[in-house]
Amino acid sequence: MNMTETRETTAQPPETEKEVLLDIQNLKTYYPIKGGFLKRTIGNVKAVDDINIQIKKGETMGLVGESGCGKSTTGRTILRLLTPTEGKILFDGKDITNIRGNELRKARQDFQMVFQDPYASLNPTQSVGDIVSEPIRNYRKVSKKSLKPEILELLRRVGLPAEAYDKYAHEFSGGQRQRIGIARALALKPKLIVADEPVSALDVSVQSQVLNLLKELQDEFDLTFLFIAHDLSVVKHMSDRIGVMYLGNMVEVATNKSLYAEPLHPYTQALISAIPETDPKKRKERIVLQGDVPSPANPPSGCPFHTRCPMAKAECAEIKPALKEVKPGHHVACILY
Amino acid sequence: MVRKTAGQNETPLLEIKELQTGFKIGKNYYNAVEKVSLKVDRRKIVGIVGESGCGKSVMSLSVMQLLPQGIGKVRGGEIKFEGRNLEKLSEREMNKIRGKDISMIFQEPMTALNPVFTIGYQIEEVLLNHEKIDKKEARKKSIALLKSVGIPRPESIVEEYPHQLSGGMRQRVMIAMAIACQPKLLIADEPTTALDVTVQAQILELLKDIQEVNDMAIIMITHDLGVVSEICDEVIVMYAGKIVERTDVMELFDNPKHPYTQLLMNAIPKMDEEVETLATIEGLVPSIQKMPQVGCRFANRCPKAMPECTQITPALAEDEPGHEVACILYENSKQPERVGDR
Repeated sequence: MNMTETRETTAQPPETEKEVLLDIQNLKTYYPIKGGFLKRTIGNVKAVDDINIQIKKGETMGLVGESGCGKSTTGRTILRLLTPTEGKILFDGKDITNIRGNELRKARQDFQMVFQDPYASLNPTQSVGDIVSEPIRNYRKVSKKSLKPEILELLRRVGLPAEAYDKYAHEFSGGQRQRIGIARALALKPKLIVADEPVSALDVSVQSQVLNLLKELQDEFDLTFLFIAHDLSVVKHMSDRIGVMYLGNMVEVATNKSLYAEPLHPYTQALISAIPETDPKKRKERIVLQGDVPSPANPPSGCPFHTRCPMAKAECAEIKPALKEVKPGHHVACILY
Repeated sequence: MVRKTAGQNETPLLEIKELQTGFKIGKNYYNAVEKVSLKVDRRKIVGIVGESGCGKSVMSLSVMQLLPQGIGKVRGGEIKFEGRNLEKLSEREMNKIRGKDISMIFQEPMTALNPVFTIGYQIEEVLLNHEKIDKKEARKKSIALLKSVGIPRPESIVEEYPHQLSGGMRQRVMIAMAIACQPKLLIADEPTTALDVTVQAQILELLKDIQEVNDMAIIMITHDLGVVSEICDEVIVMYAGKIVERTDVMELFDNPKHPYTQLLMNAIPKMDEEVETLATIEGLVPSIQKMPQVGCRFANRCPKAMPECTQITPALAEDEPGHEVACILYENSKQPERVGDR
């Protein structure tokens, strides 16, 4: 993926010249496996294994895949909550791959995160006002009192009443807590928000409220999103472009329309086919994958998907296909193409 | 066992009449399930849909007589399984039914299995409890069961512990345990919610196959309309402890009548449609202590609410043949609620 091909995208003609906000090059994040008496590293869990992502300003990039495919690790590495093993992360033109200490702290003002579990990600001993104002107080020497009008405005914007300011997280429902989490992420007016499964713990009716809110906020605050989820229909609703991950690898990247209209990678096809149809008349013959995702500590040779792929050939066990552009804006890593 | 007499459809397999299940908060009981009546015929898959707190799990626990002791209690109504009133059975008699005639699978395969016993031991336990066989036969049978639910190398899996298996595999083990004695009714409480979509598809296929082979009925409790549309024959939509709509699956998706059902359907993003904003349901389910006693329980969140909605309690009544709905937008629901409709 490089800048030149974005011009060829026919789907959205005038806006394609947007600046790249986040550029990830050959990113690898491995978790070491320690073992033996001396606790030496005896192997690596290759959670993210050589991926490239570019996200343009104002765009929503979706990441989908099954549990254990490395999508959350990718999100966390981008926010530098984890240090990448190899590769480069360029944020707004600046290399943030190895920055540390104060420099990293300053850089983090521009990227924030919304977490999956709205129950665990809010401090139960702090009031909502404290939770939402904390990011600002961390960077500016201001009193909580003087921030109150700003925080109330943020709360109002995410759909919470002003009374919420003095309440505690446990007094709210799951959906409202997620709104608190969103307000906290917005407090510093970041450029990028990584939303890691922000709605998977919520009921459908509440899920739709939060999704609508995120979309509105994106327009209003000019946000760029990396939207991580396992639910394909949610990702499709939210994203402009989608990356499909399998076992630490990016197997397909395309615009949301072409990914769903014409999935190319056998894994993407299986994933889309596995979604329960919400119309009983369309009950279909589906591609049911056999078995489970292999362990990323010991990934299969060649194409990571060949052990479960219904179209696997002998070569698949040997050649690891690279992600290549087979149509304008549509990249796939499979030897069939 | 009289499994082969399933042809007579006069007595439904499970019949629940006016069930009221309450929970004790302080000194009072509050009903989480309020006068729910339903029937499950043999070999049918009935889906129960609703959001968290709508009473769907409480209802299934009432059927299994597994409500938390001293807190939850069936306070009214009848639960009849093959004509026998489960409420009147002693604990011993109920133990004979539980796991044998009615069994249940739970949402969290991680927590529903005992971590300190082998997979084989846990399946054999069910068999030894309900059938007159010895340990050797039980082991053989449990290997066969694991095989039938699609577990690879069952001979070695029986010696393994739950933590050694993935979520999908654990759910398969749960299913193997549940079908060990060929139950007539399987209650599946959100069996695929904790699983990935590809694994969910595997498990749904498996349940459908088993249902056909074993001639079993399934109550599928879920919040996912996609799962309902995939495998159910009949659907019950619940809201705040009451049934708001009941019909067969095709009709429900073609012609949802209750405003709640309509909103639920429009709230999910669809794969083949592009919509800018999704439908939302404002507000929250009232807590069971503050449940309105008169009027429709959905009225405060309903976009179509009228002033009468808070005065008339809508009855679940047929609007079209085979399609029942509880909403006063439909003429038949306006009659006062039927009491003891026998």
